[in-house]
Amino acid sequence: MTDTTTEKAAAKAPTGAVGAPEPAPAPRPARLWRGATPWLFLLAPLALLIVFTYAPIANMVAYSFTDWDGVSPELHYTGAENYAELFTRSDLFEVFWVSGYYLAASVLQIVAALYFATILSFNVRFRNFFKGVLFFPYLINGVAIGFVFLYFFQDGGTLDSVLGLLGVETDRAWLGTPESANTSLAAVSVWRYLGLNFVLFLGAIQSIPGDLYEAAELDGANRWQQFRYIIAPGIKPVLSLTVILSISGSLSVFEIPYIMTGGATGTETFVIQTVKLAFQFNKTGLASAAAVVLLLIVLAVTWVQRRLVPDDKVDLA
Amino acid sequence: MNRRTVLAVTTGALLLSACTGTGGSSKGAEAKAPDDPSKVSGAITVLTHRTDLVQDGTMKKYAAEFNKTYPEVKVEFDAITDYEGEVKIRMNTENYGDVLMIPAVIEKKDYPRFFASLGTQAERSKTYRFTDYTTVDGKVYGQSPLGAVPGFIYNKKVWSEAGVTDWPTTPAEFLDDLKAIKSKTDAIPYYTNFKDMWPLTQWTDVNGSVSCDEQATTGLAEGDPWAEGADLRTADTLLYDIVHEGLVEKDPTTTNWEASKPRIAKGEIATMWLGSWAVIQMQGAAKQAGTDPDDIGFMPFPAQRSGTFCAVAKPDYNQAVNIHSEHKEAARAWLDWFTDKSGYAADNLALSPLKSAPLPTVMKPYEEAGVKILDLDDTKGAVVKSIDNQSEIGIYKPDYRQDLVDLARGATKGDLDDFLNDLGKKWTETQRSLGS
Repeated sequence: MTDTTTEKAAAKAPTGAVGAPEPAPAPRPARLWRGATPWLFLLAPLALLIVFTYAPIANMVAYSFTDWDGVSPELHYTGAENYAELFTRSDLFEVFWVSGYYLAASVLQIVAALYFATILSFNVRFRNFFKGVLFFPYLINGVAIGFVFLYFFQDGGTLDSVLGLLGVETDRAWLGTPESANTSLAAVSVWRYLGLNFVLFLGAIQSIPGDLYEAAELDGANRWQQFRYIIAPGIKPVLSLTVILSISGSLSVFEIPYIMTGGATGTETFVIQTVKLAFQFNKTGLASAAAVVLLLIVLAVTWVQRRLVPDDKVDLA
Repeated sequence: MNRRTVLAVTTGALLLSACTGTGGSSKGAEAKAPDDPSKVSGAITVLTHRTDLVQDGTMKKYAAEFNKTYPEVKVEFDAITDYEGEVKIRMNTENYGDVLMIPAVIEKKDYPRFFASLGTQAERSKTYRFTDYTTVDGKVYGQSPLGAVPGFIYNKKVWSEAGVTDWPTTPAEFLDDLKAIKSKTDAIPYYTNFKDMWPLTQWTDVNGSVSCDEQATTGLAEGDPWAEGADLRTADTLLYDIVHEGLVEKDPTTTNWEASKPRIAKGEIATMWLGSWAVIQMQGAAKQAGTDPDDIGFMPFPAQRSGTFCAVAKPDYNQAVNIHSEHKEAARAWLDWFTDKSGYAADNLALSPLKSAPLPTVMKPYEEAGVKILDLDDTKGAVVKSIDNQSEIGIYKPDYRQDLVDLARGATKGDLDDFLNDLGKKWTETQRSLGS
C-alpha cells in the first residue's frame, strides 16, 4: 500500500509542477509524511462516517435478507424473500399518495422561498430581521415543532382563536379527516423548511456580482426582468439541488406526522410505516428491506431528475 | 475490477460479517433463592419503567427496607423513560441489569435465553398469580409484582346526575347511559384518548370478560376474535357505537392524556376505559384539583354471564433475573422480596401477585357486586402475539382501533361489519399460514 502511494506521488509530482523550477527531491521519510498528511486529516471524519453511516447502512442491507425480529439472538437468512413480500404487497406502497401532499407543499415552499430570497436580496428595510424570522423555524427541533403545532391545531387552540380574532368562526377539526390532516401537516412542514430553502437561494443570489444589476438598471430592466434574466439563471444549480432535496424529502417525511398524529387518520408515510413494521410488529428484516427500497427510489428519482435537467455550468457574462 | 472496487467489496463484506454476528447463548441457568439472607452479597442493578418512583425516592425506601433483611446486597435503580425501546436494544448485549421488567417485545420462546428460571410452574403457581404468562416448558421466568383489572373509570357524581346509579349490564344499556349523560350534564360522556394511542389498546383487555372464559387467550389463538358474538367484536362494536353516536370529545385527534386526569376528576369527562391501575392516578388528580377522590368510580365491562360480571386479572410488567447476572442469588432475593414483602402492590392499590392476599380497596365494589375475577390461561399467549405481529393487525397496538374510531366518526368511509370481518379474515388467514 505505502509503495504504491509513493510511486503515485512521485509520478504525479512532475506533471503538477510544469513550468515551475523542479524542487530538490525530499528525503524519503519526509515524502512519506507528505503523502500521509491528508489521510491523517481525513482519519477522524472518515472514521465517524464509516462507523455512524456506512456501517449501519451495510448492517441494514444485511438485515434485509434475514427474518430478524429486532431482539432475538436467532436470525435466519431468507434470501430475497423480504423484497418479494414487499413488491407483492401493493398496500405497502399506497402510503406514497400521502407524499403527494408534501410534494405539492414543497412546490409552494420553493416558490415562496424564492420570492422572499429575491425581495430580501434587494435593499429592504429591516432586511436582516426578516431573514432571521424566516430562517428561525429551521433551527427548532422537529419534535418540538410537532408538539407546538399540536396545540396550534387543537380544538379551540391557537389557530382557532386567531381566526376567531379575525372574525372567522371555524368549527373544524384540523387533523380530523385525512385531507385536512395531511394538508395541515404539510403546511407545518412548509413553515419548517422554508427557511432552509430561503437561505440557500439567498446565498446563491448574493454571489451574483452586483455590477450586473447596475448594468441592467442602466439598460432599463425592471425587477421582474432582472429576476428572469439575471437571478434565475444564476441560481439554477441551487434550484435543482433544492428540487432534489424536496422530492426526496417528501418521499421520506417522518418526524412531523409521527409526533403529531402517529400516522393515524390517513397520515401514514412510508417511513412511519417502516418504523411501525420494525418496532411494532417486530419485522426488522422486512422493514430493512423497505428502507433499502426507499433509498433506491430516492436515488432513482435523483438520477432521472439529473438526466432531465443536466447541471451545466452557468455563465452570466 | 479495479483496486477501488475490490477494497469496497472487502470492506463491505467485513462489515456485514462483523455486524450481524450474534454470540452464543447460555441457556437454562437458574436463579436460586438464597437460603441465608445474611450471606447473600453483591451489587445489583434493577431496570425499571417507574421513573416517577425512582425520582421521588420511593424505590430507595424499598431498597432500604430490603437491606434490613439482606444487609450485604447493594441495590441500584436504573429508571428508563422509553423502557420498551431502550431495553430492547440493550438486550442485544449482555448488559441489561441484574433484575429487569421483561419488555413486551421479547418472544416467550426466547425467555430461556435471556432470563434465569425462577422455578417450576407446578410449584410457583400454588402461591403466585400470573405464572402462566412467563412459563416456557414448565419453568417460570418472571413474576409480575402487581396485577390490574381492566374496567371503566367513571365519575360517580356525573353518572348519578344523569340518573344512573346501577352499573349497566349490556352494551346497549351502557350506550343509553352515556346518552343520558350527554343530554343531562355538560360532561363528555366518553373520552377516547385517541391521540395518546395506548389507552385505545386497553380495549383488547375486554377479551375474556364477555364470554367469562378463562380460555379466552386460547380462543384468540385458535378462533376468529371478530366472529359474531366474540369478545373483541363486542368490545369493538361498543367502541364504534360510542363514537358513532357522538358520545365522545369533539376532536379525538388532539386529545391529551395528562389533561384528561383532572378533567375526569372535575366531572368534565364522565367515563374512560382503562383499568384498576388508573384509579389511584385519577384520585391523585382529584386531590390536586380540589375535588372529592371518592367520586372516582370503577366498573366492569357491561356484559354478564348468568347474572354475574366477569373481569380479567392482568399482570403488569413481569420482573425477571438476567441470565448473565453475576449475582443471581442477590437478584433473586430482590425479586422475591419485592413480590412478597415490599407492599408495592398495596401501595399502588393494585391486585397482589399472591393468591392468598385480599382484593385491594379499589376493588371493594367488585367484591360487593360479586364480580368474578378471572385468571386467564396464557399457554397460547405466544401464539397470539406472533399471529398478531405476522398479520400486522396489532390487537395490542393502537393502529386498528384508531382506524375504527376514524371509521366511526366518519373521517374514513366504510362499514363496521366489513371492517371487522376483514380483520377476522386477515387474522384467520395468518393463523392458517403459521400452521396453528
